[in-house]
Amino acid sequence: METLPTSIRYVRTEESPTMAPPVATGGVTGWLKVNLFATPRDTVLTILTLLLLLWMVPPIIDWAFISAVWTGDGREDCIGPGTGACWAFVEAKFGQFIYGRYPIEERWRVDLSGLLLILGLVPIAIPSVPYKRENALYLLVVFPVLAFILLTGQFGLEPVETPLWGGLLVTLVVAIVGIVVSFPLGILLALGRRSEMPIVRMFSVIFIEFWRGVPLITVLFMSSVMLPLFLPDGVTFDKLLRALIGVALFSSAYMAEVIRGGLQAIPKGQYEAANAMALTFWQGTRLVIMPQALKLVIPGIVNTFIGLFKDTSLVLIIGLFDLLGIVQQNMNDPNWISPATPATGFVFAAFVFFIFCFGMSRYSAYMERRLDTGHKR
Amino acid sequence: MADSNAAATQGAGPSKMTVSETDVAIELIGMNKWYGEFHVLRDINLKVMRGERIVIAGPSGSGKSTMIRCINRLEEHQKGKIIVDGIELTNDLKKIDEVRREVGMVFQHFNLFPHLTILENCTLAPIWVRKMSKKKAEEIAMHYLERVKIPEQAHKYPGQLSGGQQQRVAIARSLCMNPRIMLFDEPTSALDPEMIKEVLDTMVGLAEEGMTMLCVTHEMGFARQVANRVIFMDQGQIVEQNEPTEFFDNPQHERTKLFLSQILH
Repeated sequence: METLPTSIRYVRTEESPTMAPPVATGGVTGWLKVNLFATPRDTVLTILTLLLLLWMVPPIIDWAFISAVWTGDGREDCIGPGTGACWAFVEAKFGQFIYGRYPIEERWRVDLSGLLLILGLVPIAIPSVPYKRENALYLLVVFPVLAFILLTGQFGLEPVETPLWGGLLVTLVVAIVGIVVSFPLGILLALGRRSEMPIVRMFSVIFIEFWRGVPLITVLFMSSVMLPLFLPDGVTFDKLLRALIGVALFSSAYMAEVIRGGLQAIPKGQYEAANAMALTFWQGTRLVIMPQALKLVIPGIVNTFIGLFKDTSLVLIIGLFDLLGIVQQNMNDPNWISPATPATGFVFAAFVFFIFCFGMSRYSAYMERRLDTGHKR
Repeated sequence: MADSNAAATQGAGPSKMTVSETDVAIELIGMNKWYGEFHVLRDINLKVMRGERIVIAGPSGSGKSTMIRCINRLEEHQKGKIIVDGIELTNDLKKIDEVRREVGMVFQHFNLFPHLTILENCTLAPIWVRKMSKKKAEEIAMHYLERVKIPEQAHKYPGQLSGGQQQRVAIARSLCMNPRIMLFDEPTSALDPEMIKEVLDTMVGLAEEGMTMLCVTHEMGFARQVANRVIFMDQGQIVEQNEPTEFFDNPQHERTKLFLSQILH
């Protein structure tokens, strides 16, 4: 055998010690240097951004807090020059913003419904709380029945017609019904569109493409203007209910496409493994495929939910007053007309919408982290 | 470690003698399959006796995977008959599920369910298909996880395991259904070289217990050690079959000779 030149022969005789990584260049100054002032260009951008913030933030703070009017009982209080936000307007109209024209002495029923919802929602949102199945049953069956009885007024409760409903109540009713209906319907449509049965597939495709192809405004208009033309005389159909159905079907089409995206990302091997162990189609779908597909598209699902939540404002055009609608309506109250009122009202409405949407977004991010089982390679 | 080896040798006794003479496990009669215009499986005739261990070899694209995937109907055949455990495979979903309940399958890419723990992977089918109680299913799952020597991983997720460990879990998962026949579709082809042995050892143990096995593999050492028949396929046909020593030392068909000369040095 030929001997190798000694220069390339190497045999390790002792282990290299494992060491802690080098300490990062520390402290606040270190962080600033790395993140804000690393290059001359970074420095310029940092300074420009600071100037922009200095220019924008103080006026906003001044408008919202320092020059704002916090109490008052009419436009006189908010009309003065240099007045900021007219929070007194929001305070005076708060009841309207939440309940619309729901009779004042019956508002406890809305409060109770809200409380019942929170009682179901909080424990199901916290993963460590047990009895998830019972909880879901409560939310999907018991709560809707109770809320329906309370809100519309059945069994001896004073009936409250839906035209009186308004504000955040309508926003939440439309959004929640839309979300709760569109999710399962979306799952079925997504499965249908991938089905091997031509009729099921064709129905799903037509349904999805129809509802995705028309604007929501058109759907709402059709439901309130056109539908009554086709119904026999004397048959009336609650306007809110019509809007609910329209919104729910509309968002199911979007939901279906989001979920189909998730289904397409599941490797064929998962279906094969489920089939090979004799799971039926529905067992395989429910236990193996859907949990993975839905997890993949959590961002898309929540995106659709958030879009739906904000689109509820469109019910305004068929004469239902959601939160934004009722805020706008109240701006025209002669007692409160002032230059500051519209801005205040819009900022308030935006803030409420933001709280709900941001909440959904954060919760979905949390669920994504929690459900990550690290199978990515 | 020691006890599972002991169990294997004790349980099966003179293990290589357990092939039944009369009891047919699988029978393919004049089976044909096409992918569109392409004739993937041509007139396959094969009879597998209970307890037989068959290794299927052949170049890629020869139809060997497709053939064993027809046996549990992951692929549909268009002509001929497939009879598994006395049940003929047709479009009847009930019959298909009956066959699948008795036939375990191990895939090249493991196909564990990444959203479930190892234990949940193993108990899923027994609970939902065999209608077993969760407790009973978990006991059985732990038994088989011990057999494949990874009980300590039971509560981890597949993504946290090495390839070899995942494949052993996949084997345990199939065994939890207590199948009468096991199909292996290139079980070691996706593994790092250092992990092939641990999977093959598990399969050898299974063979020694008398499991009916059909195994598509390129591990010729494994074929020599455990198979009682080697089938060589090319272009969708069975070209040659023989018992392993004869097959390797004295191949008859030109195509077999060429294949063996390419893989054995």
